[in-house]
Order: sequence, then structure tokens, then C-alpha cells
Amino acid sequence: MFQKTFTWLDERLGLKTIYETVLDRKVPKVNWWFTLGSASLFIFLLQGITGIMLTVYYIPSPDHAYDSIQYIMTGVSFGWLIRGIHHWGSSLMVLIVFFHMLRTFFFGAYKYPREFTWVTGVLLLLLTLGMGFTGYLLPWNQRAYWATTVATSIAGTVPFIGNFINQVLRGGGDLSAVTLARFFSVHIWWFPAIIAALIGIHLYMVIRLGISSVPKEED
Amino acid sequence: MPSSPHMSRREFVGIVTAAAGSIMGALIGIPAIGYLIAPALSKVSADAWIPAGPLENYPAGVPTLFNFNRTKVNGWEKTVNSYGVYVLRHEDGSFLALSNKCTHLSCRVNWKQDESAYTCPCHDASFDINGQKVKGPQPRALDPYETKVEDNNLFIHFLGS
Repeated sequence: MFQKTFTWLDERLGLKTIYETVLDRKVPKVNWWFTLGSASLFIFLLQGITGIMLTVYYIPSPDHAYDSIQYIMTGVSFGWLIRGIHHWGSSLMVLIVFFHMLRTFFFGAYKYPREFTWVTGVLLLLLTLGMGFTGYLLPWNQRAYWATTVATSIAGTVPFIGNFINQVLRGGGDLSAVTLARFFSVHIWWFPAIIAALIGIHLYMVIRLGISSVPKEED
Repeated sequence: MPSSPHMSRREFVGIVTAAAGSIMGALIGIPAIGYLIAPALSKVSADAWIPAGPLENYPAGVPTLFNFNRTKVNGWEKTVNSYGVYVLRHEDGSFLALSNKCTHLSCRVNWKQDESAYTCPCHDASFDINGQKVKGPQPRALDPYETKVEDNNLFIHFLGS
């Protein structure tokens, strides 16, 4: 029965081909450092799922942001767990993505023909930092408020256009409901959408080009 | 390996993976479902005995209005609702407590001593001193509250609305 259903679906969707192309790739003999890419993907999905879960209760408004998070932490079953995973996962994601970049750099895996994989990877690292930056404001506590005040002020020190950048980031002169709303929007829609698209390109090239081997002495 | 009586390595790995996956799926899935349905499961009982002050506040034979507030909590949001109760002390010392909410469309009724009736300002509903319908569009008598007396103080049994 299962075999029949699978054959029927495979004939139409090409499941076997997808499986063979994606998972049965030929890979060189590599070491544990080469698992960091998969780890990055896994933790991105984890952050995505826990983030979607958090939006069930979180309200991005100065009147409700803090209280709604207090409710998640104390009033909702396992709310502390979901938020805890998202909170600690964010730091872990920055670390893992950064180490993934270091591995690629020190093993020379960014070289021909994988330059474009490297470029999308760098963008993904920057976007990961951007997710950390925008997510940090959302709890709307003292730390979040002042960290964002300082960080947007730093952006304001850019010569000539600094003040403009600062105002665009804040959505006005001061941190306000507008700032919280746009950070939330960027955090849950803009950046995740761009990251997902770039991951698609990144993985397409990993599958198309294969992964590089560990450099040998003569390399 | 042709027809070994033992489980093949591939089968063993498959079974272990499926078992470990099921355990991990349950460990993640149960908290996730609990998280999503938690507000539906939390039952907050609004049932309470409201202290309505010493008995001397309520002269015999004249309905006297007593107001109180109750706070309702939904998630992180608090709503304060005010309620009014007409307390009538009978000559024999028993009490009748009636909600001042008209049973028609929830306007507040007033006791008119000269008419000896509760009248509603909205649609002219009228109730007698025991809260029974006299005339008007209301579907039923005024809602009564249960009362009790403790240490010369009156208490009203609030059920949540």
C-alpha cells in the first residue's frame, strides 16, 4: 500500500530524484567542522518555528509588549521554554553562523568555483546579526530600549548621512511605538524572507558544486 | 548477507532512528500543543462573596443601592467592571439582593420610592419591589443574588457576571 502510494507520488513529483540529488551527494572525506552549515540551517528553522509560536501571544506595542512577554513567561504553559529557546538560540545562531564562516575561510572553501556561495554566505551572516539587532528591542524592557538607543546613535555617527540613517532606523527622532513596530516588521517579515531566499540560493550552489575537501599540504 | 535470521544493520538503524525520532517529536510536540491551547484550559473562577458593609446601612423596607467593582483578567489585560445591587431588608431580618441590570438590554434600573417600583430609563421597563415584572419589554424578573450575614455584615454571592 505504502509502496504503491509512494510510486504514484514519485512518478509525478520526482521524490526519488530530489532525495538522490540532495542527500545522496558524493562528498569528500571531511571532518566535524563541515557540520556547521547544517547546524546553521537547523537553528534557523528552530528560530523560525519558535518565533512563529511567540507571535501567537506577543504584541508589538509599547502598551503591551512587556506585559505580553510577562504573560508568555508566567501565564502560558511552556511559554518559558519557547521563549527560552528563541532567546538562547539567537545567540547560538550568531556563534554557529560565525564559526561556519571561519571554517570556510580557513579551509579556503570560498575559492573558485564557490565565490558566489561565499558572497551569499556573508550576506546571511550580516542578516543574522540584523535579526539579533531587531529582535533585541522587542521585549521592550530597559535593556532593550537603551541598547537600541545606543545602537541607533552609533549608526547616527556615519559622516553626512548619519542623522538620516538614525531617523530611518527609529522612524523619527526618538525611540517610540513606530520604532518598535518597524523593528518587529523587519524581524518577522523582511529579514526572514530575505534569509530564506538566500539560503535557497546558498544550498542550490552547495548541491550544484559539491563541497570542497579539507586542504592538503600541497594545496 | 543472504537471509540471516538476525536483523540487518540497516533495519536496526532504521528502527533506532524511528524510535529516537518519535521520542524527540513527543518531547517537542507536547509542549508546543500545550503552549498553543493554554489560554483555553485556564479556568479563572470569578465566584466570590462580596462584603456589602454592616447591616445598619440597609434600612428595613427600602431598597438601597450598593455598588462594587470586579476586575477580570484576560491574558495580560485587566478589565474593571462595576456592578450595582439593590439590597432590601425585610422587617423579619431577611434580605433580598437584586441586580440593578435590567433584564431587557442591561440598562441600570432605579428604585422609585413614590412609585414603589424599579424603573428602567431606557425602555420604560418596570419591576415591583421583589423584582418581578410589572410592565415593559423585559423578558424576566430582575436577577437575584444570594446573600449571607456574618458578624453583622452582609455578603453578596457574586457568580461572575
